[in-house]
Amino acid sequence: MITKEDVQKIARLARVEITPEEEGRMVETISQVLGYMDILREVDTSQVKITSQVTGLHDIVREDIPIKSEITKELREQMPEVYAEELVVPGVFNDK
Amino acid sequence: MNLNELTLTQAMAGLKNKEFTAVDLTKSCLARIRERNPEINAFITVCEETALTEAEMADEMFAKQENKLFTGIPFAVKDAICTKGVRSTGAAKILDNYVPPFDATVIKKLRDQGAVLLGKNNCDTFGHGASNENSMYGPVRNPIDLSKVAGGSSGGSAAAVADHQCIFAIAEDTGGSIREPASFCGIVGLRPSYGRNSRYGIMPMASSLDVVGPMTKTVEDMALVMGSMAGIDEKDATTVPDAVPDYAVMLNNKVEGLRIGVPKEYFEVDGLSDEVKVRVEEKINILRSQGFTIKEVSLPYTKYAVAVYYILVPSEDSSNLARLDGIRYGKRITDGDLYNLYAMSRQAGFPEEVKRRILIGTYALSAGYYDAYYKKAQQVRTLIKQDFDKVFTEVDVLLAPTFPSTAFGVGEKINDVMAMYLSDILLVPSAIAGVPSISMPAGNSVSGLPIGLQIIGPRMKEEVVLNLANHLFKN
Repeated sequence: MITKEDVQKIARLARVEITPEEEGRMVETISQVLGYMDILREVDTSQVKITSQVTGLHDIVREDIPIKSEITKELREQMPEVYAEELVVPGVFNDK
Repeated sequence: MNLNELTLTQAMAGLKNKEFTAVDLTKSCLARIRERNPEINAFITVCEETALTEAEMADEMFAKQENKLFTGIPFAVKDAICTKGVRSTGAAKILDNYVPPFDATVIKKLRDQGAVLLGKNNCDTFGHGASNENSMYGPVRNPIDLSKVAGGSSGGSAAAVADHQCIFAIAEDTGGSIREPASFCGIVGLRPSYGRNSRYGIMPMASSLDVVGPMTKTVEDMALVMGSMAGIDEKDATTVPDAVPDYAVMLNNKVEGLRIGVPKEYFEVDGLSDEVKVRVEEKINILRSQGFTIKEVSLPYTKYAVAVYYILVPSEDSSNLARLDGIRYGKRITDGDLYNLYAMSRQAGFPEEVKRRILIGTYALSAGYYDAYYKKAQQVRTLIKQDFDKVFTEVDVLLAPTFPSTAFGVGEKINDVMAMYLSDILLVPSAIAGVPSISMPAGNSVSGLPIGLQIIGPRMKEEVVLNLANHLFKN
């Protein structure tokens, strides 16, 4: 149902590397899982609305007010690489 | 009796009556953890030093009569829940060095009441699993039989409570992660209504399903902890504004007259062991003999629940987990360009089950498949929810087994992904409908393993579920 190429493609889209051993197991298990989902085809949902959550709440908004964070130092301590108190990231546009 | 073996209610009374100190109680739990953790592996992080400091402060508060509800009570927290200043890995290596600068709202509430944080419980990574074998910190073993799993994903929390390594624990349930391990370890676990407790600071798995709840030794303890955790939070827009009932007081409400539904589909599932069935039916018969109305009811869409669940969850998972990319926090593996940084950090930081869910979710949400999977699952979700809406016009609560079997062996099911998913059948429908469900002990198997039963109630009716659970627990 799902091929090795499919797995490689979605892994690349999802930005997750998988090992060759994992790849084989992914093809097998994901095919099984997706195959099982076919059971839902039995259900006529042509007239059924979706449920995305069950609270009945909607339009929960608040004022967008900037506040001064009191934990910037702690947040910075969690960063993998810091230079001059700023987060270091690789260039986005010098991708090979 | 050792102090660590006390229930929450007993420990609160003992501290208040100065029978022992918070330091004594905390030391007793820490000693138990030290003795048992090498075998059971219920904790990823133990905060020995800070726990003792917090306990000393608790004793000072008692001396000054400034004690609050949980002052000096040692508790443990699932590692997928953020704790200020205490490493929170979610059982994933990508967060191996992550120390949150804030407490999850529910944890802050409990710590504000004086509870002493002992440490962080092992779990399936980010809650992905039903056996605690998907943890990157090793499996958790069942304290009742070390050859068996403790259940998952909150296996460490269940094992810690059952083994008296803490007085109570806080965990998370997306589709059974509190209730199944509670059942396997013989304790009480509550999945509250969706929206009842704040999820702010909980590592998200499937946002439309995740809830946070307590794991305790008794139903009475459960009511106390729930009362302190529940309520609206401006930091979690999915919390509901409904007033929080006094669950502890309402435990003593009259239970007579409650109409109890027995969902027939739950007693017909594949793999339901005779022992589990018999034990739960015994409880039903006791209730019947006490004059309760017992009615067989039907939830016809039950058989589609696992398929719905394993579309919704990986889809939301794959989206939520995109935040873990090695950029702003967590472990970064730099290997060439940006793509490699993401891909390699995630490769090394996630176990296979997390990757599987990311891949399934990415597939199900991709253009061309969205309608067939995610949208379809959300439509069938409506039908499953309607099953519950309808049944709760006929009865007040539902009673059923928590899980089709007792705890299985470590390694027994780990290679059969689909079998593991299918075994969630009794747990995921209520999660999909967002209704509360409690798992509590219903006796043991011949081999001595705990069997759990669950009581499911209508949305926001935790007090009714707790009320009946307490009635059964005391009898």
